[in-house]
Amino acid sequence: MRFAKWTFFHPEDSAVSTPKRPPMSRLQLSLGNVQLKGLLWQVLVVGVALAIVGWLWSNAVHNLSVRRIATGFAFLGREAGMPIVDAWLPYTPRDSYLYAFIIGVTNTLRVAVIGIVLATVLGTMIGIARLSANWLLSRLAAVYVETLRDIPLLLQLLFWYVLMQSLPPARGAFHPIDGVFLSNRGLMLPFIPIGPSQWLVLGVAAVGLVILYLLRRWQIARQMRDGRERRTWPYAVLLVVVLPAVLSWGLGVPWTISRPELRGFNFVGGLALAPEYFALLIALVTYTSAFIAEIVRSGIQAISRGQWDAANALGLRRGFVLKHIVLPQALRVIIPPLTSQFLNLTKNSSLAVAIGYQDIVSVANTTLNQTGQAIEVIALVMLVFLTISLGISLLMNWYNARIALTER
Amino acid sequence: MSTAVDTSELPRAERPRPGLVGGNPLLRWLRGNLFSSIPSTLVTLILLALLIKLAFSLVQWGIWNAVWTEPSGNSSACRAARGLGACWAVIPEKLRFILFGTFPYDEQWRPALATLIFIALYYLSTRPRWWRRELLAVWAVALILIGLLMWGGVFGLSYVPEERWGGLPVTLILATFGLAFGFPLGVLVALGRRSTLPAIRSLCVLYVELIRGVPLISLLFMASVMFPLFLPDGVNFDKLLRAQVAIVLFAGAYLAEVVRGGLQAVPRGQHEAADALGLSYWRKQRLIILPQAIRHVIPPLVNTFIAFFKDTSLVLIIGIFDLLTTAKTAIIDPVWQPFSVEVYLFVAAIYFVFCFAMSRYSRHLEGAKSNGN
Repeated sequence: MRFAKWTFFHPEDSAVSTPKRPPMSRLQLSLGNVQLKGLLWQVLVVGVALAIVGWLWSNAVHNLSVRRIATGFAFLGREAGMPIVDAWLPYTPRDSYLYAFIIGVTNTLRVAVIGIVLATVLGTMIGIARLSANWLLSRLAAVYVETLRDIPLLLQLLFWYVLMQSLPPARGAFHPIDGVFLSNRGLMLPFIPIGPSQWLVLGVAAVGLVILYLLRRWQIARQMRDGRERRTWPYAVLLVVVLPAVLSWGLGVPWTISRPELRGFNFVGGLALAPEYFALLIALVTYTSAFIAEIVRSGIQAISRGQWDAANALGLRRGFVLKHIVLPQALRVIIPPLTSQFLNLTKNSSLAVAIGYQDIVSVANTTLNQTGQAIEVIALVMLVFLTISLGISLLMNWYNARIALTER
Repeated sequence: MSTAVDTSELPRAERPRPGLVGGNPLLRWLRGNLFSSIPSTLVTLILLALLIKLAFSLVQWGIWNAVWTEPSGNSSACRAARGLGACWAVIPEKLRFILFGTFPYDEQWRPALATLIFIALYYLSTRPRWWRRELLAVWAVALILIGLLMWGGVFGLSYVPEERWGGLPVTLILATFGLAFGFPLGVLVALGRRSTLPAIRSLCVLYVELIRGVPLISLLFMASVMFPLFLPDGVNFDKLLRAQVAIVLFAGAYLAEVVRGGLQAVPRGQHEAADALGLSYWRKQRLIILPQAIRHVIPPLVNTFIAFFKDTSLVLIIGIFDLLTTAKTAIIDPVWQPFSVEVYLFVAAIYFVFCFAMSRYSRHLEGAKSNGN
C-alpha cells in the first residue's frame, strides 16, 4: 500500500532505488542520528574521563590536607641538603632543590648525549659488520645483537656495575696506554682543562664554522647559476684553524694537558668518569647499539640490488657508491626508527637510579622522600622527559625532512 | 657515516659466488666466505685469534677452574678460587630463592606448577591452528588456576599473601597480565586515535603521547607513591597490583601504536565495503578491520611483547620481588656476596631463553608471512 503511494509521488525514482526507501522526514532523522550518536559518544567518554580525573583529584586534595603535605612549587627554593657526588657543575648540599634538579638534568643529558653518539657509531659498525661477506665477522655481529637484545637492560646495568666494583683498587689499576687508568674508582682520562680564555678561542672557531656553512651554501647557489665549481677549503683553513690559532697565540692561551696521576690511594688531575657513570654508559651504549645495528642492517638491505648493479655498471668505486648512492637512500629508511632508539636511550638512562648515579629521576626520588610532594615532583620529571623527547624528535624530524626524497 | 669496518666487503651481492671456484667444497666455502680478499683474510685471522683467546679464558674461568659444589652455607672453596674460576656452587645454593623468592619453602611446588602452566599457555598460544575462540576460555581457566595456586586459601591449600610471592612466577604474572589487559586497551585506544570524533581522538593522542614520553620508572614510582594519594581513605591495594596497573597502562600506550600501524595498512575499500553491508561500527571493526589489521602487525607485536617481558624487571626499583630482585637479594648474603656475576649470568640465561624463543617465533612468523601464508 505504502509503496504504491510513494511511487505515486516520486514516479521517476522508483525504477532505480530500493522500494523500501523511507520517507524524507525519517531519512533526515537518521542522518542526524549518526551525528547525534557521535556527539553522545564523545560526551560520554569525555564525561567519564573528566569524572575519573575529578574524583582522583578530590581524593588527592583530601589526602594531602589530612597528611599535612604542602602543595605548590615553593619547595624548589628551599635548601636541598642532598649530596650529589658526581656533578660537572659546582654543587653543594646547601643549594636549592631547583639547582639540584638542574644538576640532575645535566647528569641525564651528559649520559644521554654521549651515549647516543657512541651507540650510533658502534651500532652502525655492527650493522655493517652483520652484512659483511666475511662469514665469521657477520656471525659474531649477529651473536652480539641477539645476546644483548634478549637480556633486560637493568640486568646488564647491574652486571656492568658489579664488574666495575670488582676491578682492582687505584693502586693496581689497569693502565693500557699512557694517561688512562681503569680501576674500581672508574675510568681516568687525560684532558685539557677548559677555562674562559679557552672557551673564547673555541667560540671563535665555532663562529668560523657557522660562517663557513653559510659561505658554502652561497657558493653552491652560485655554482647552480653559472656552473663553475669553487674551492671551499682555503676559507675553511682560514676560518676554523688559522684565525683561532692566531688569537690563541696572541692572547697566550695555555693548552696544557692534565694527566691523571696516582697520589696515595686515589688519582689527581685528568678527567674522572665515576664507576656509576661509566657502567651506565657502557650498558646503555652496548644495549642500544644492538638495536641500532638491526636498524642499519635492514636499512641497507632495503636498498635494492639494482642500485648497486647500476652503480657498478657505471664503474664507480665501492666507497663512492656507498657514500653517495646507497647510504643517502638507506638513511631515509633508517632515520625514523633511529629517532625512537635515541628516545629510548634517553628514557632508559633513568635506570641510573638502580646503581646510584644521580640523574634527574634519582634526584627527584630523593626530593620526593624528603618533601613528600609526589605530584609536583613527578610532574617535573615528566616535564623534563617530555621536553627532552620533544627536542630530540624535532631535531630528528628536521634532519629527516632534509634528507627526505624530494618528489616533483 | 664513516666506520672502522672495511667497507669494501659491504654488499652481499659482491660476494664471490661459490661454484665459480673449483675444488673441494669445504675449501671453496672457506675461500668464498672467510678468505675472499686480503682485507677479509686479515679480519678473519684477527677475529680468530681474539676468539680463541677469549674462548680459552672463558673455558678456564667457567669450567676448568670453576667450583661446582660446596657444602651448604659455606663458600670457602669458592673464595679460594676467586679471580681464577667461577663459583657455580652459588646457583644450587640459592636456586629456590631466586626462582620462587620468599614463598613458603614447603609449598614451592605451587609457584613451580604455576610457572609450568604459564609456559604451556604460551606454547598453545603460538600455534596458529589454536587461534580460535576456545583459546580465550583456556586462558581464563588457566589464569584462574594460577591465581588459586598462588593465593591458595581453598581446597586445603594454605593462604599465601602477595607480599610473599617472588621470583619467576612474579615476572611471568606481571608480563602476562600486563599484556592480557594492555592489549585490549591498546586496541581500543588505537581505534580511538583513528576515530573521526575529535574529542575521543585527542583524548587518545594525549594518553599515548604522555605515557610514551616518560620512562617506565617514573610511572612505577607514580604507582608506588602517588596511587595511595589518589584513592579515597581506607581503600588501598597491594603494591604488586599497583605496579601491575602501571605496566598495563604503559603496555596499552605502546601496543596502541603498533595496532594503529596495522589499522593504517587496511585499505579504505574494506571500510567502505563493510559500511555498504550496513554493519554497525563495532561489528565492522570486530569482523572486518581488526582481524586484518592485527594479522599485519603480528611480528612487531611479538617484538613489543619481548620488550615488555624485559621491562618487567624494572619493578626492582620499587622493591617488588620479581626474578631480578630475588637474584639481587640472594647475593646480599655475605657468604655469597662476592659471586654476584655468576648469579646475574644465571638469571640472564633465564631471561634469554624466554626472549630468544619469542624472537625466533617472530622471525618464523615473518618468514611464513613472506611465503604468502
